[in-house]
Amino acid sequence: MISAEKEILPILNQQELYTVEPTHLHVASSDIVETIDVNVFYGDFHALKDVNLAIKKNSVTALIGPSGCGKTTFLRLLNRMNDYIPSHMVRGKVLINGVDIYRDKIEIEQLRKEVGMVFQKPNPFPKSIFENVAYGLRIQGIKDKHLIHERVINAIQQVGLWNEVKDNLRKNALALSGGQQQRVCIARTLAVEPDIILMDEPTSALDPISTSRIEELILQLKQKYTIIIVTHNMQQASRISDTTAFFYLGELIEVGKTTDIFTNPRNERTERYITGRFG
Amino acid sequence: MLILSDKMKKRKIIEFSIEKLLLASSLISILTTGGIIIVLTIEGVAFFKEVSVIDFLTDTEWTPLFTQKHFGILPLLSGTILTSFIAIAVALPIGLSIAVFLSEYSSVRFRELIKPVLELLAAVPTVIYGFFALIVVTPFLQKLIPGMSSFNSLSAGLVMGIMIIPYVSSLSQDALLAVPSSLREASYGMGATRLQTSVKVMIPAASSGIIVSVILAISRAVGETMIVAIAAGQQPRLTLNPLVPVETITAYIVQVSLGDVPHGSLEYRTIFAAGITLFVFTLILNNISYWFKRKYQEKYE
Repeated sequence: MISAEKEILPILNQQELYTVEPTHLHVASSDIVETIDVNVFYGDFHALKDVNLAIKKNSVTALIGPSGCGKTTFLRLLNRMNDYIPSHMVRGKVLINGVDIYRDKIEIEQLRKEVGMVFQKPNPFPKSIFENVAYGLRIQGIKDKHLIHERVINAIQQVGLWNEVKDNLRKNALALSGGQQQRVCIARTLAVEPDIILMDEPTSALDPISTSRIEELILQLKQKYTIIIVTHNMQQASRISDTTAFFYLGELIEVGKTTDIFTNPRNERTERYITGRFG
Repeated sequence: MLILSDKMKKRKIIEFSIEKLLLASSLISILTTGGIIIVLTIEGVAFFKEVSVIDFLTDTEWTPLFTQKHFGILPLLSGTILTSFIAIAVALPIGLSIAVFLSEYSSVRFRELIKPVLELLAAVPTVIYGFFALIVVTPFLQKLIPGMSSFNSLSAGLVMGIMIIPYVSSLSQDALLAVPSSLREASYGMGATRLQTSVKVMIPAASSGIIVSVILAISRAVGETMIVAIAAGQQPRLTLNPLVPVETITAYIVQVSLGDVPHGSLEYRTIFAAGITLFVFTLILNNISYWFKRKYQEKYE
């Protein structure tokens, strides 16, 4: 569920973490994500150059572009997953629900509960299906068994996996097929009820049938969540996204309504990329 | 062109002899193991002709050097298990903490720096550890625990635990690093802290490797001789009290080998009976660890 009250909690210092109620930040625009002049460096490598991108709530945004052009870097910028790379540096503003996640004092763990992530290769934990989906709730310290049960089942139903796994929720998730594993991973993300879901080529390791199921799922999830997806599949981008952003060599070349980008691209490089003439 | 030149013939001969040399080297280790088993069996059979296996396994006293002879292995076995248990109780929490710290928290640079230092712990001659247990650790513990004997399994076990830390930490660290980092990312991506990721994802995923490391460490502790011979005493005693002198299987073998027991006597053969027990014990441990290792390699390949 998405709620206006559930915003990222800025913290002023460690002590106040336990005493201050979540600040209610009301963002004037409906942009849930906004980056302003963002530059990212890995050591000497300039991975993102002056990226300005605003993403609306309850939309699907596809990030397209050739490999190594900053799509994944941009995606991981939004939940600070690049922090683990030692030489990584960010300049500019990354606003999520109006909070600058690199400059304001935020709790990274809280950020990641609001901004969930689904990875390229299905990566369920070597635990049961139930425990995989319950993981996010357990690490939040939720002990209420009924609540956990309800949320887990709800999440499994949302990803359309219920009929396939309802009789063996205790089975190891690694025993499922690749497509099912990826849906477990999506369910795991949904169970903590994030606002935004980042997807890094979620179907690139899957067969066409599993892929189309996940695409249908993304279209359904749009009702409740904001989805940002990296994809190398042009058809996929045109099928599922509202907005498409084209990255090339670390720059955001063009962004616009998906129908416009695919029928009438303004930039020549975008046109050449989507028609398959380079990349 | 197909006719061998002299140069090629010569090369073929060298290739052939090197191959046989390598084969011979690998056979040496097999022959040695085979030889040990044969000697243990022959002398063991001779021993068990005079002492029944049931007495050996059930008698609660081990006094082969006294006039009133008893040949129950249990006191030696209990001494071995007690010291090894204390050792692993020290080495498991410390070794696992080190492994988690090095694989999940520290930088690669620090990890590379600390590894050789840690492995130094296993490289210290065990006689130094034994001496250290006897003249430093025991007097210190005696201040804390009045009435503790000068020879005891606690002090020997603690020091042995320190010695086997690198066995646990090094292999556990390898097991943790072998877990695909996509699992680590998944956990961080869910908003887990480093500690939660380590405890709830990484350690369970590496559990079979960690178990292997613990079994190998136990196996090392069971076979360790010098520390227990010096610091744990030489009194076979069926007890779980860590404050009194005990004797381990290995310490007994040292005691008899160094003494003036006549070659071929029953007392002499007790060494082999004790040796067989030790051999079977460590063989079982190694087999368990081998089984785990295979299971765990299958999981990630």
